[in-house]
Amino acid sequence: MANLSIREALNQAMAEEMERDPGVFLMGEEVGLYNGAYKVSQGLLAKFGPNRVVDTPISECGFAGVGIGAAMAGLRPIVEMMTFNFALQAIDQVINNAAKMLLMSGGQFNIPIVIRGPNGAAHMLAAQHSQSFESFYSHVPGLKVVTYSDPKDAKGLLKSSIRDNDPVIFLESESTYGLKGDVPEGERLIPLGKGEVKRQGMDLTIISWSKMVPLVALKVADELQKEGIEAEVVDPRTLKPLDEEIIFRSVKKTNRAVIIEEGSRFCGVGAEIAERIYKACYDDLDAPVERVTSLDVPMPYAHSLESDVLPSVKRGLEAARKVLYM
Amino acid sequence: MPVKKKVHAVAIEASKPKPPFTKGQLLEFLRQMLGIRRMEERCAQAYGQGTIGGFCHLYIGQEAVAVGALAATRPDDYVLTTYRDHGMALARGIRPEQIFAELFGRIGGCSKGRGGSMHLFDKEKNFLGGHGIVGAHIPLGTGTAFASKYRGEDRVTLCFFGEGAVQNGAFHESLNLAALWELPIVYVCENNRYGMGTALERASSLLDLHKRAESYGMTHSLVDGMDVLEVYTQVKKAVDGARKGIPSFLETRTYRFRGHSMSDPIHSHYRTKEEVEGERQNDPVLRLLATLEEMGLANQEEFDAIDREVSAEVKAAMEAAMKSPEPDPATVYNFVYANDPYGGKRPS
Repeated sequence: MANLSIREALNQAMAEEMERDPGVFLMGEEVGLYNGAYKVSQGLLAKFGPNRVVDTPISECGFAGVGIGAAMAGLRPIVEMMTFNFALQAIDQVINNAAKMLLMSGGQFNIPIVIRGPNGAAHMLAAQHSQSFESFYSHVPGLKVVTYSDPKDAKGLLKSSIRDNDPVIFLESESTYGLKGDVPEGERLIPLGKGEVKRQGMDLTIISWSKMVPLVALKVADELQKEGIEAEVVDPRTLKPLDEEIIFRSVKKTNRAVIIEEGSRFCGVGAEIAERIYKACYDDLDAPVERVTSLDVPMPYAHSLESDVLPSVKRGLEAARKVLYM
Repeated sequence: MPVKKKVHAVAIEASKPKPPFTKGQLLEFLRQMLGIRRMEERCAQAYGQGTIGGFCHLYIGQEAVAVGALAATRPDDYVLTTYRDHGMALARGIRPEQIFAELFGRIGGCSKGRGGSMHLFDKEKNFLGGHGIVGAHIPLGTGTAFASKYRGEDRVTLCFFGEGAVQNGAFHESLNLAALWELPIVYVCENNRYGMGTALERASSLLDLHKRAESYGMTHSLVDGMDVLEVYTQVKKAVDGARKGIPSFLETRTYRFRGHSMSDPIHSHYRTKEEVEGERQNDPVLRLLATLEEMGLANQEEFDAIDREVSAEVKAAMEAAMKSPEPDPATVYNFVYANDPYGGKRPS
């Protein structure tokens, strides 16, 4: 067991997969010479050379398309977006090309690409650098959407995503790159489409993913524990395909559900999950499902406003008390 | 915004000398161009009868570009094009019954009835579509060229697009990356003068589109796209260059004799009947016939014989395609994922 930061775990995942398969390469802005805008690709240029760690101009549409084309020709690109906010420049490539190619071609051209980078807000980055895009990508048939909440999952899921034969949107977070945790030594793949219970509990289920797990959900559970309430925290990890079973199993046990997500409320992934819970656990629910989301506003700069927009432990606790009728 | 009428700054220069074409080669060009012409005429008919659905963009008038350009490639080279792809697919060697079956939405189609008119694909022929978003496939072609270079292969990519695509960002980003990384690619612009109903001079600040490549330090040239021999000659040169890592941009001047799509009349607000009639005098098929006659290699009689043969093949292909069944709705979730997380079942 090694104690690694998420940054190190992601770096190891890429290095191991590049070692293993000569068709895997990394491309993006500042990934090589600069060692990564957030140092996730630190040392990879030195290890693999400029043919496999490719610095690009600020040209998201262009290099995302190049990655997808290279995937059509049988390579396995990892395309780093400095943030998913910039990936909007490439969203036509992702939706119209990566997601649809396999079907349009009658099964002839699958697109084994990973498009990865930080998603959502960090700290006072203002409106154009702070949006959470998981519901955008999850809405598109043909894409897979993967998140993680700790170093072990970051590594195991990135390795699986690189080996997957479909386009994977791999959502990271600036604010948790430094988060440390135990990562098992050696090859450990985590299958896409399988969630994990991050904390056991009997009284309510908190469904959450990505950085909302360590930053909000687990803290809410800690607070509740002080009052003698045991919350179960379920991280589906992969949003698409979604591990419904792990969610349903927990909700059927606790009879109460709170969904905490960073995306804004309208058409959020949590709305989809809530609908599925209502359908599958209708007779088990003792309270309406509560959703904690970002507010439906473009992200303001000021700290006071940003903190208000994002889901917080306070709002998580309020939601938990609501489903518990406290 | 009112736009001043502009004229092209330079005339198209014919390349000299032309490579020596064999009679067999020239007759093959003729056969292929006629094949496209007759296939597209059948498509128009089928569209009118409702056998072909959706959008349908005919290649009539532009045959010299596909036939000349693809004759200059190797089978392992990559080819990508726009939604006006029937002619390109046929010239790449996709069987006409597979093309018709695709247009009819049948499982015998080259995209198994999932793509339709705008999305013809054939992996074996290295024909990578058939793309419906103007300009958005240009980065993909740049990516296949990237893959060739990455692997150290000498496979070239030919990426076709209309003059409408030259105004958008995907085009410019691609040319920059190809020139920056010296990718083995030939960008072929089929300048048929109209992006749907918008004339080039109403859309482009520069009329000599090939000069746009200069901004990227990329080799470029202007080609008479109605002369199949000229297209072949220039594309061959460009492909040879690309194999050595020199990307280039060719502007072929051509013209579509039909509307933008089947729902667009041949002439309307944006171009006159006289203009279309005038351009028809420059028909690439008839021009090739004239060349053949001049060289004493063929006459009208032989032309008619080839035409009859080709027309019969096209008709037979269309009839064969009609016999292919429509996809079973039970297979609707096929080809959504290669590693299907739902195991072929309908997701809830």
